[in-house]
Amino acid sequence: MPGMPIHGYLVLSAILFVIGLAGVLVRRSPLVMLMSIELMWGAAALLFLTFARQWGTMAGHVFSFLIIVVGAAEAAIGLALIVLIFRTRDAADVDDVRALRG
Amino acid sequence: MNWVVLVAAALALVSAVTVVRARIPVHSVLALVLNLISLAALFIALDAEFMGLVQVIVYAGAVMVMFLFVVSLLGARREAIEREMSLLPGQEGLGALAALLLLAALLLAVLRQAYPAPAALFAGFGTVRAFGAALFYEHVLVLQFAALLLMVAVVGVVVLIARRDQGR
Repeated sequence: MPGMPIHGYLVLSAILFVIGLAGVLVRRSPLVMLMSIELMWGAAALLFLTFARQWGTMAGHVFSFLIIVVGAAEAAIGLALIVLIFRTRDAADVDDVRALRG
Repeated sequence: MNWVVLVAAALALVSAVTVVRARIPVHSVLALVLNLISLAALFIALDAEFMGLVQVIVYAGAVMVMFLFVVSLLGARREAIEREMSLLPGQEGLGALAALLLLAALLLAVLRQAYPAPAALFAGFGTVRAFGAALFYEHVLVLQFAALLLMVAVVGVVVLIARRDQGR
């Protein structure tokens, strides 16, 4: 594996994913939570590309391309929802919208 | 060991921690851009040239500009005020504990597995040509679903934003 052994990439991907998960669980600003989800997408894409290199197939590249597409779509919808919530409530905290009512 | 890969990996880790820890959302966005660019460097090190370039152009470029736009639209000053105490008692401790447990499980699963030496690559692995051949010859359905998903996302955003304005 170029650069470092494959376990280095796998551990890096696991740590990045867990940092993103911790961001979603601990932070309560909706924007930062969305960015933490993007961190998790990136970790997953790194894992797919690592195994694509390991087995020498392009399928992992196609899947990580799909990850970027899904990440972009999710960011668009998530940001639209955040803008809507801010318009109605002026909330900076996800605890303020726990009732899920307009 | 290649020092470029090690530096990119260290930068990815530091910037990921900064995304989660930063109090001001603009700092989070900038740290996320750094994270995505160092991931792109790792992608290129893994012989995924095209994916590295897409990561920089689409993700670090377009998507992050969208994030910055929303952050400045909502007002960076007001958004920085996150409530000090969570309504859920012990949220931070429990969240960190759950994340650490998952990390332990992942590391256990990853480090116990041994892998053979990486497979030999065919000529042009990871280039635009190989990627296009894989996408258009072998995985056409993925391409169709990606197009459908983007379409649904665009329509969804328009519906979400437009519905508010009709009521006024």
